[in-house]
Amino acid sequence: MTVLLIVLGAAVGAPLRYLADRAVQARHDTVFPWGTLTVNVAGSALLGFLAALPAQGPVMALAGTGFCGALTTYSTLGYETVRLAEEGARFHAVANAVASVVAGLGAAYCGAALAQAL
Amino acid sequence: MPDMTDRPIDPDVDLHVPAQRAELHWPVPAAIAAGGALGALARHAAQTALPVEVGGFPWATFLVNVSGCLLIGVLMVTITEVRRAHRLVRPFLGVGVLGGYTTFSTYVVDVQRAVAAGAPVTGLVYLAATMLAALAAVAAGMWLTRRVAGVRAGAGAR
Repeated sequence: MTVLLIVLGAAVGAPLRYLADRAVQARHDTVFPWGTLTVNVAGSALLGFLAALPAQGPVMALAGTGFCGALTTYSTLGYETVRLAEEGARFHAVANAVASVVAGLGAAYCGAALAQAL
Repeated sequence: MPDMTDRPIDPDVDLHVPAQRAELHWPVPAAIAAGGALGALARHAAQTALPVEVGGFPWATFLVNVSGCLLIGVLMVTITEVRRAHRLVRPFLGVGVLGGYTTFSTYVVDVQRAVAAGAPVTGLVYLAATMLAALAAVAAGMWLTRRVAGVRAGAGAR
């Protein structure tokens, strides 16, 4: 059952990451990977919210492990950061890593605060 | 601002790359969904095998993220510099499997949990170690693949 819920959540989260990335990228013209940053921050806020409820069992499998886990990505973040550095955009590379961590943590804490306020 | 090349910064969607501006056809999100589900299951298996102790270092998520970063480095150099791949390879393996396998949300919530459990040093060490190891893993995956395939950095697919 847990496995099925994870599969369902991930089968929605992963394509949503791709579609959100496309939508964000279509709205700006810089090399900075805003799309990945957006999905990572949104997924961190949602998982921070779920973890603070605290959501457990099937809800966590579906929405946490499955959906948030697949909506967010470290491999794309890592690759983008290394590619920016390789292209000589060292400031963008460092900014991408730092902004992802700072914004992701901030979003998770905001999500947790919202869960506690409810 | 760096020069635009035909190789993407964002491996999933980089609309500066003409081939990635193509119309969206359903096989692409379908391949991503299937790959994402497989990747998430692999991550879940790792997290079940190596559960996090309260206030402990989240080894499973650390190893998942770092290994996923090594593999994206290998994959992206292989399909952008070494050989042309079928158009669903990147959506399935890169966006789907590796994107679903690695996770950013669990990483930040792991840090939050370590701090809440009274282990802020563990949380901060994990925060920095994951980022540094992930970037080193991407670079190592790219370097190794270029070495093995005998291509120079920045060469296009032949």
